[in-house]
Amino acid sequence: MELTGKKQIMLTGNKAAAWGARLAGVDYVPAFPITPQTEIVETLSQWFADGHMHGKYTNMDSEHSMFMAAGAAAASGVRVFTASSSQGILYGLEALHTIAGWRVPLVLVNVSRALATPITLEPDHNDVLSLRDTGIIQLHAETAQEVFDYILMAYRIAEDPEVCLPVLVNLDGFYLSFTREPVVIPDEAEVREFLPLFKPSQPVFQASEPMARASAVFGGGNYSYFKIQHHLAAQNVVNIYRKITQEFSDRFGRFYDAVERYRLDDAEYVFVMSNSFATKGKAAVQHLRKNGIKAGLLKLSLLRPFPSQIIAEALAQRPKVAVIDQNLAPGMGGILYPEILKAVYRREDRPQHLLSVIGGLGGRDIRAGDFMNILQRLDEEPGDDPLFLFDEKDLKQFDQLRQIAGFSREARVQ
Amino acid sequence: MTATIPDSLEESKYKKVTDLNPEEEIAPGSALCAGCGGLEGMRLAMKVLGENTLTCNAAGCFTLISVYPFTPLKGSWLYTTMSGPVPAAQGVRDALDIRMHKHGLPEKEDLQVIVVAGDGSTNDMGLSPTSAAIHRNLDFIYFCYDNEAYGNTGFQQSGASPLGSHTMTSPDTPEHPAGSERTKKDLFGIWMAHNPPYIATVSPREPIDLSNKFKKAKAMKGPRLFICLSPCPTGWGFDPKDTHLIAKLAVDTGIFPIKEFVDGKVTHTKRPHKRLPVEKYLERQKRFHHLFAPKRRDDIIAQIQSNVDAYWEQYDE
Repeated sequence: MELTGKKQIMLTGNKAAAWGARLAGVDYVPAFPITPQTEIVETLSQWFADGHMHGKYTNMDSEHSMFMAAGAAAASGVRVFTASSSQGILYGLEALHTIAGWRVPLVLVNVSRALATPITLEPDHNDVLSLRDTGIIQLHAETAQEVFDYILMAYRIAEDPEVCLPVLVNLDGFYLSFTREPVVIPDEAEVREFLPLFKPSQPVFQASEPMARASAVFGGGNYSYFKIQHHLAAQNVVNIYRKITQEFSDRFGRFYDAVERYRLDDAEYVFVMSNSFATKGKAAVQHLRKNGIKAGLLKLSLLRPFPSQIIAEALAQRPKVAVIDQNLAPGMGGILYPEILKAVYRREDRPQHLLSVIGGLGGRDIRAGDFMNILQRLDEEPGDDPLFLFDEKDLKQFDQLRQIAGFSREARVQ
Repeated sequence: MTATIPDSLEESKYKKVTDLNPEEEIAPGSALCAGCGGLEGMRLAMKVLGENTLTCNAAGCFTLISVYPFTPLKGSWLYTTMSGPVPAAQGVRDALDIRMHKHGLPEKEDLQVIVVAGDGSTNDMGLSPTSAAIHRNLDFIYFCYDNEAYGNTGFQQSGASPLGSHTMTSPDTPEHPAGSERTKKDLFGIWMAHNPPYIATVSPREPIDLSNKFKKAKAMKGPRLFICLSPCPTGWGFDPKDTHLIAKLAVDTGIFPIKEFVDGKVTHTKRPHKRLPVEKYLERQKRFHHLFAPKRRDDIIAQIQSNVDAYWEQYDE
């Protein structure tokens, strides 16, 4: 497809990601296929092969190798993009911690898919949240437009001299990766004004500048020095993000805050959600509002660094808040819930009821009835247990499946 | 794949030690053990390769070459992960190529990309990424310092541990009198099956042979492997002053064949004329002590000898 200037075209989430990399003027893509991400690297491979993109596309042998190559190339002065998902993120986890510590700028896309075991295809966020503590910046997208826009902004963040870190853009597998939505694709020249071609802000490998990078460090104090630096660089993103999104908005007319406050102002009930399922949450809010219930939604977009203060302010004076974690840490509960709790804890005007909800695991739909259940629980006295969005309908389906295979209902594993 | 070796290389061969580059590319004073055979091999190699190099290092003993904020290398260094140095080399190579072809980086800024990894990384978790990189024809030099075990963690069994070696994870016991019961993986053969332009084994005790091989490889492109036998005083159990003696005995007994693979052909460049019995090599190292005392294990020694004999019979002249 040729660029035809600023116009809206129908793109899947994956294709929007590929367009983001293309218009970012990416030099290098080390790649490895994995469902539901493969469409991204296939598209980029085609564009390098037919000359729409310039530089190099290298088929790697694993995600671990792919992330090592990505990090090393970024340390050698080119603009790097790569993408993965789920098991691939886990396979490359060591490499991701490593290259984050290298403090190299690059952008990677994760197309969320629930983790084995059991192996499955549809999304939840245990994959991307396994990167929670890597110090990689994370932006979570709800729509294909956000995927595209975030990738452009991600390079600005990653390459900022106050940051120098990989930035990850997350989108949900299937629900967004394979869903076509209208996306505004700006002119390349217009993008270049927002995102000039890569000029490394730190030394890169070349003969005239010999250097040792990522050398071993001994002594906890010396180690701490580097880790705290990494933390401060990640923290810098909260302010840098504000500056970059303002500039993006001035140029392209779309503004993205670290969180989206959807009908929050007078909301009595708030759903905290992220990624594509936030669309379901917004639909539920609209439905509830029509029925006279003051509902609202807080969408988490910038997940690392965690914008605690922005979240605390957004939830201030909202009496009943449900944090819907589309992930599960067995034996603990939702992963984001304690982060939100920590964000609001010190404030007098924090929500009176902060409910933990676990839903959408492995792409399990979050239905209108689920939102009603959440509302009901928010009206009850707060308890300790999370609310699982798994009901009789799910159980019936599970039993039916087993009956086809000849199992009796009684034999179900408890 | 065929390698082109310019005629001038033959004429400019190193003939004696005084022909070698007097400049050092690795300054003395790293945190590596005294008498490390691998470091001596790398020191000689870097004299040939020069300073316009980038070394991608795998987790292992050589991680200690650069400890912040020091580096003994004149060239660049990148610590990676245990299975990641080769893909990192791919990233650097690709990036430099892109910058030269797309962004006008002058060729004089180019770097020879080198991977440095121990035998554990090389034979075990690093093997799959390496196989892929050879298949992609990555332009790099791989230097494996082979001390026949996971040395940096205190000498545990690796895919390169030889038959009869005690390691901390293949101890010799009455039930397992040999200690390590398997022979070394044939890393040379594994690479050969990929048909790269160049493979060589080298010994720090053979500096002329080693230097000429690096000189030859330097003039080539594509994946090139060096397996450097790396006598390890702490792991193998000998006095650091004897590194060169142990390295010499490894060659003279025929246990470590000094050879190269180029243009589809294997050549032994330092062939022992009359091989010494293997026990001359074994008896000087604590890791083989159990083969001699409290009871001499003639069966295991004979097996090691017979493996060496069988190897050389393939190449009888």
